[in-house]
Amino acid sequence: MKAKLLKSLTNRGLINRNMGKLQKKITVKSSTDNLAKVREFTRSNAAKSGFDDDTIGKIILAVDEACTNIVKHAYKYYPNGEITINIDSDKSKFKITITDSGSKFNPNEIEEPNLSEYHRKRKVGGLGMFLMKKLMDEVKYHTLSKDRNQVVLVKYIK
Amino acid sequence: MADFNVNVRGVGSVNVIELNGYLDAHTAPMLESTFNKLIEENNFRVVVNFETLNYISSAGLGVFMAYVETMRDNKGDIKFSNMQDNVYNIFDLLGFPMLYEFFKDESEAVEKFNEQGLNK
Repeated sequence: MKAKLLKSLTNRGLINRNMGKLQKKITVKSSTDNLAKVREFTRSNAAKSGFDDDTIGKIILAVDEACTNIVKHAYKYYPNGEITINIDSDKSKFKITITDSGSKFNPNEIEEPNLSEYHRKRKVGGLGMFLMKKLMDEVKYHTLSKDRNQVVLVKYIK
Repeated sequence: MADFNVNVRGVGSVNVIELNGYLDAHTAPMLESTFNKLIEENNFRVVVNFETLNYISSAGLGVFMAYVETMRDNKGDIKFSNMQDNVYNIFDLLGFPMLYEFFKDESEAVEKFNEQGLNK
């Protein structure tokens, strides 16, 4: 029971069991109004991991793009859904896990854009996914139980 | 929490859009309204001055992609100036330098329009 409570508190970012590790969590409603809050949460925690400003900027943009996709595609602009962002980092990597309960979103159905075709056809969607892959070292999607979706973004700490 | 402003001013036959702050999915509709208004008033020659823009996401870049063809079909264009490196890098990642003109200074972008003739 005690172990379970400890795990729960740790997962919720309320205690930090291991020195040198960072665990933080924020939950926001699925409105684009909250993107600024999400960026600030990401910025302050990425800065604690010792990244340079350029890399912090890349991580912030990748998280913004992931949350924007959730607002647009998973919740289809319904503003009262929840987006939960967990940050876990250690000496080797900075991991952001973003979870939502919106409709399922299959990233494999999105083709890697040919950029000149993209501009020619004025296709505007799909750029966020393309950017996330360019900006981060790992981008993975998971479907969880209870109809939840999860995207995991990782930046290695060199 | 929208920390974003758009200002439009005329420089001869060119309209300069000054962007300030953070351009994301929340603030992009403000820029869309600006472009819609310019088009309604038959202003198709646009320079976007990025000097005080700190941040852009794909939602912001999408606005330029959505309007550039209308401008070009009407003998105008969207040209970019005064971009900070971190903002330029995102345009670069998405292939914009192949298809849009970037200038160090707003006056160079305005001058480019003037060289192309004053016909609207």
